[in-house]
Amino acid sequence: MNPELKGYMLLSVIKMLVVFTVVLVGVALLTLLERKVSAWMQNRRGPNRVGWGGLLQPAADGLKNILKEETFPAEANRLLFLLAPAMSFIPALMLSAVIPFAAPLRLDFDFTAGPLGRFVHHGLMPMVVADVPVGFLFVLAISSMGVYGIALAGWASNSKYSLLGGLRATAQMISYEVAMGMSLIPVLLLSGNVSFSSIILEQSRTLWFVLPLFLSFFIFLVSGFAETNRLPFDLPEAESELIAGYHSEYSAMKFSMFFIAEYANVVTVSAMVATLFFGGWDVPFTRADESGVWYWVILSHLMFFAKTFFWIFFIMWIRWTLPRFRYDQLMALGWKFLLPVALAYIMVISGAIYALEHLAGVTSPLTRAMALTVVSLVLGILVFRVLDRGVIVSGSQPRRQRLEPDLLRNPLGGRTDGVRVAS
Amino acid sequence: MAIGVKVLKRPEREASYVRATLKGMALTFRHMFEPKVTMQYPEEKSTRDERGTWTLSPRWRGTHRMLTDEQGRSKCVACGLCPQICPANCIKLVPGEDEEGNRYPLIYEIDEFRCIFCGYCQEVCPEEAIHVGQHYENSEYTRGRFVYDLERLSAQTHAVSTLWDPSDPRGE
Repeated sequence: MNPELKGYMLLSVIKMLVVFTVVLVGVALLTLLERKVSAWMQNRRGPNRVGWGGLLQPAADGLKNILKEETFPAEANRLLFLLAPAMSFIPALMLSAVIPFAAPLRLDFDFTAGPLGRFVHHGLMPMVVADVPVGFLFVLAISSMGVYGIALAGWASNSKYSLLGGLRATAQMISYEVAMGMSLIPVLLLSGNVSFSSIILEQSRTLWFVLPLFLSFFIFLVSGFAETNRLPFDLPEAESELIAGYHSEYSAMKFSMFFIAEYANVVTVSAMVATLFFGGWDVPFTRADESGVWYWVILSHLMFFAKTFFWIFFIMWIRWTLPRFRYDQLMALGWKFLLPVALAYIMVISGAIYALEHLAGVTSPLTRAMALTVVSLVLGILVFRVLDRGVIVSGSQPRRQRLEPDLLRNPLGGRTDGVRVAS
Repeated sequence: MAIGVKVLKRPEREASYVRATLKGMALTFRHMFEPKVTMQYPEEKSTRDERGTWTLSPRWRGTHRMLTDEQGRSKCVACGLCPQICPANCIKLVPGEDEEGNRYPLIYEIDEFRCIFCGYCQEVCPEEAIHVGQHYENSEYTRGRFVYDLERLSAQTHAVSTLWDPSDPRGE
């Protein structure tokens, strides 16, 4: 093994340990934050008994969950029942491996550590566990694997409510997966690459994509809520209808795994929104953060953290504001609003990029981004003006758009010959 | 539906989902900074401030207390009225009599698990000996501890229930 490879592996192991520790601890703290935020929004205090202001509550919860009894429903499929929490837990954690959490750090070392031999590293170290060139596709692929865990949990529990929850989760996640994927194509059109690092670099070079691709951002955010099964789209676990849905038969640590997976997904979606539309670790109005100097790296990490944290808070904020959708409303929103808008938006953006490049002769990416911002602004206002008139959440619309009293009185439109109208 | 149904156009202001969502979010955000209404229970057991009022009513009927006279003996004369009237049959009374002919309870036990806290025992007691009290923290480690004997009933110190509001005896 050559020294460069060993240096690379050393750094990778360190990054892995750090990222997974931080994600797991962060997820634990998020459960506390969720309860705190919900309490504050309802003029309560939230958990404040364990530790300083309740800071050790997650530890107490974890301890409780470990000590609780593991129950298996009668006639449950034991193997799948055990496997399901892991299958939703693992993809949720895997996603944190590909999201860059800070600007690349310039790191040079060359040392020999006894029997382990020589470790060498020169140049910029990407601050991400695995800087895969297809990072973006990886996230889409792995995040849709989470549905297996939920669907299997619902099926293996051998309970009606769990099964319904699992079915709903499957339908919902597959539906929104489509809109989500489509909403991200404009991002690829603008950045021209599927690697997260180059998407971020493109944003720091021009504008944050939330401006030129506002509708994409909106669709991605809404689909993200549906993908993580969070309110207002938490139909798979609707307490009032399905008594917690797919995890109603789970107890102790297995239930906890679903819980952790949900919060890990929240972190991932927030980090994705921050990375794809808010410049990731990019510090605005400067490009010095790409220099690789350590204090810029720390600053860029703080930027990334702040952005991600804002979106985590936003997701909680929405949760404690909006009521749950009805199931047909959820499906209608996904298929009849988000997907067509996303598809039309791809056409508009690709058309606009083509027109700017070949007809208007715009070559500067910044000018292009600004032009697209104007286009998106106009489109955004238009879409929200037109579609916000009770259409976004209309659910099943009546077949007959306008209630025409004459038609109601005489459903056959005056044609009575030979037809007996049932009285 | 044959009668003419008036179809109203939905007013845009109310039909707009995005606008309603933003309004709701502004509301929940404002609430984050409002004063908290939580009563920190084990530390504070009653509140009477801008958060609202929560105090134990003087008519609260909680676990029992036996009143004692100046010599520390229970006031009970073992007349047997309270076990007689108790609808839950939770009072066990074995009367005794001393040399001077004074009746006193040999055994007086109340099973607080069976008790329905109606307060009839206090109402019926001619000596004002047994009372229901303004007390609600009754945790114990064993079920047996919930059968209160005479000694324990006499040792209670909490305030007793008034059963009715003296200023409004008929509850009007």
